[in-house]
Amino acid sequence: MAAVSLEDDLREVVAFRIGSQEFCIDIRAVREIRSWTPTTVLPHAPSYIIGVINLRGSVVPIINLAERLGLGSLEPEARHVIIITVVEGQVVGLLVDAVSDILTLPPSSVQPMPKIASETTLSFVRGVITLDQRILRLLDLIGVLPNVRRMM
Amino acid sequence: MEQSDIRSAFFVECEDLMEALNEGLDRIEETLDEGHDDETVNAVFRAVHSIKGGAGAFKLDALVRFAHQFETTLDSLRAGRVSVDPPLLALLHKAADRLSDLLQAARTGSEAADIDPDDLAAQLAQAAGEEEVGEADAEDLGFVPMRLDLDLPVAAPDEVQSGRYSIDFSPTRALYACGNDTSILFRVLGDLGRMEVRLDRSRLPDFDSLDWQESWLDWHLTLETDEPEHQIDEVFEFVEDLCRLEIRPMPLEAPGPDPEPEPDPEPDPPASGPAAPRKAPVEDGRNASPRATVRVELDRVDRLINIVGELVINQAMLSQCVQDEGVPPRSPVRNRLDDFRNLAREIQESVMAIRAQAIKPLFQRMSRIAREASEIAQKQIRLVTEGESTEVDKTVIERLADPLTHMIRNAVDHGIEPADRRLHLGKPPVGLITLTAAHRSGRVLIEIKDDGGGINRPRVLEIARGKGLVAPEAQLTEEEIDGLLFMPGFSTASVVSDLSGRGVGMDVVKSAIESLGGRITIASDPGVGTTFTISLPLTLAVLDGMVVDVGGQTMVVPVSAIVETLRPRPTDIHVLGSGDQVVAIRGSLVPIVDCGSIFGFRAPVRSYGESVLLLVETARQKLCALVVDTIHDQRQVVIKGLENGYGRIPGVAAATILGDGRIALIIAPEEAVDIGTSGGTFSMEF
Repeated sequence: MAAVSLEDDLREVVAFRIGSQEFCIDIRAVREIRSWTPTTVLPHAPSYIIGVINLRGSVVPIINLAERLGLGSLEPEARHVIIITVVEGQVVGLLVDAVSDILTLPPSSVQPMPKIASETTLSFVRGVITLDQRILRLLDLIGVLPNVRRMM
Repeated sequence: MEQSDIRSAFFVECEDLMEALNEGLDRIEETLDEGHDDETVNAVFRAVHSIKGGAGAFKLDALVRFAHQFETTLDSLRAGRVSVDPPLLALLHKAADRLSDLLQAARTGSEAADIDPDDLAAQLAQAAGEEEVGEADAEDLGFVPMRLDLDLPVAAPDEVQSGRYSIDFSPTRALYACGNDTSILFRVLGDLGRMEVRLDRSRLPDFDSLDWQESWLDWHLTLETDEPEHQIDEVFEFVEDLCRLEIRPMPLEAPGPDPEPEPDPEPDPPASGPAAPRKAPVEDGRNASPRATVRVELDRVDRLINIVGELVINQAMLSQCVQDEGVPPRSPVRNRLDDFRNLAREIQESVMAIRAQAIKPLFQRMSRIAREASEIAQKQIRLVTEGESTEVDKTVIERLADPLTHMIRNAVDHGIEPADRRLHLGKPPVGLITLTAAHRSGRVLIEIKDDGGGINRPRVLEIARGKGLVAPEAQLTEEEIDGLLFMPGFSTASVVSDLSGRGVGMDVVKSAIESLGGRITIASDPGVGTTFTISLPLTLAVLDGMVVDVGGQTMVVPVSAIVETLRPRPTDIHVLGSGDQVVAIRGSLVPIVDCGSIFGFRAPVRSYGESVLLLVETARQKLCALVVDTIHDQRQVVIKGLENGYGRIPGVAAATILGDGRIALIIAPEEAVDIGTSGGTFSMEF
């Protein structure tokens, strides 16, 4: 699978929590991590888009990752964290419960998702990483983003 | 790397040259009756010549060939061998257009433009060579002395029939290290013509201090060859990074192998004159540019504009903080802050001015469009432009090109009548299209006016009815009928013509203008002509906005769209049918559109008796009342695009950042009204 071979050069990931599950993304896609700030609501946006924030002068949409992944909605609070990511030139913020770690992975530690996973999960998770007692789900950022640009 | 820098500089320069060329041709056209002045023809000639010179240096052969032919024709004109008449002028215009196409093709690296569809080169040659002077002779004689004009370092063009070159060649140590052998290079060079080789060993140190691995030898070569200069370049192609190389053309010695032994009998005085006086006009031409300018990459300007935008926002935030701290209004801090605000605004305006450009290049393009369109439509057209120096934001200029093109084509195709019909009507046979730009009260007005037949309103109405755009029994005012032209899917030409029937209608023009924050209006007088007026904001970076609250969200409405604001009496509000509400204003009923509900912030309110209404004027809906909850204030806001990080949101034009650092969406009133009055609910697709 192409998705797994892409992970060959994956070395460092940012791990974060949504509810009781742990996820991670490639650290190279992360621009910064900041605390929650109130957003401006976008009309007619899908429910997983909380709104937009002002990131030093640019307008950045924020995705409610819990809702996007079908893990129930996360009501934004001050203790929550926004991970600002850059995917294919597009800057997007992800609302998560908390950032837990920055981890260095041994080579080829990403395993493909087990076949039992549901359709939604398969489209957002590229693989799993087991580290000691933990299981990290490697998020497919492109799958998580709104399809707006593909539409245009 | 550096080569490509020089190359792009060449193309940038060519844009200026093309501008000068077109301007010159226009001036010749204007002064056709009184006889053109020589300096204008010279300027045109120089422009073409400089393009040719540069093109030669970059081995753009198609371009060089065409420019050369063009130049030859201009030279005949300059020498008075041919005189200007309208057909020749038309040919020159076409040649200029073609040259511009070739430049474009060379720039993008496409080969498509290599074919000369109209045989323009042949036409040019014919126009130039009617006289007794043999064509080939005219070319060469007209050309050779001009070589000295060029002060571009590498500009010696390709067609030099014979040349003498001085070549300074200093190999580096790396050249030898790579296994190259100078003697092989020299042998290949020797094959090109007669060559003298001189070794310069002055750099060679004493034997004791000699580093035997270093390269110490310099070579001075003199080559006489019939081959073009690029042949010499090719010999050194593989070692050019491994040596210091300088190839200079040398003046031909009089008894040298000159294929044109007698340049003097040439009847063209400038060509036979010495080179030195020729230089003067070239420099004059350069000095003629009225102000010194600096070329700056657009990215840098945009970055500056962005930062200054941040500064203005930051200043607003600071003011708000100070106000929130309870600092009294007349205190020194507040006064200083006011100064700061004025300063920030001034900086912003100055920075915006950098992006402003004269609209002239766009208008020149339109002249070309009009020429081409009139040829296809077989109509005689004169395009007159006014206010070319009007400055407009660069983006506006770029995005106006398509709408204007379409409107000019429309004017030629539908507006101007055929010549015989014009004569019959007592009009001059040549149709007149006037393109005007001007600044009016903080906006840019662009007018496209033709003296054609005007809008055929009965026909427009008939078509609109036929297409079901209007109810059969509806009575429309003249203005409303004109407005039908902007309806999607409307096209009056019963036969789809080559020109305007490209599936793009005036509705596309209208939405393009609106996306720039502009408006377009029509005025038409049957038998006299049609005038389209486009009104545009001066800049796309800031706008005067009214800050309002809608369903708990802060939003901004462009002040330019607001006709008036009012708080209606509950008795003025009437419900029509199933919940649609209207407000009675001075005797007329105006539909109400609730911003809160069209954006999905809240359910429609039962009665808007207590709300604030913003009366906006739209092209389609005439007056419409937008409901907002409260009005905060009116201020200039910096426009931030939404589409980069997100899709387009219907009813929302862009975003801005308010004094508290939060983002507010800017409402697009026209779209909001469309959503509100089309009745249906709206959802965005993902």
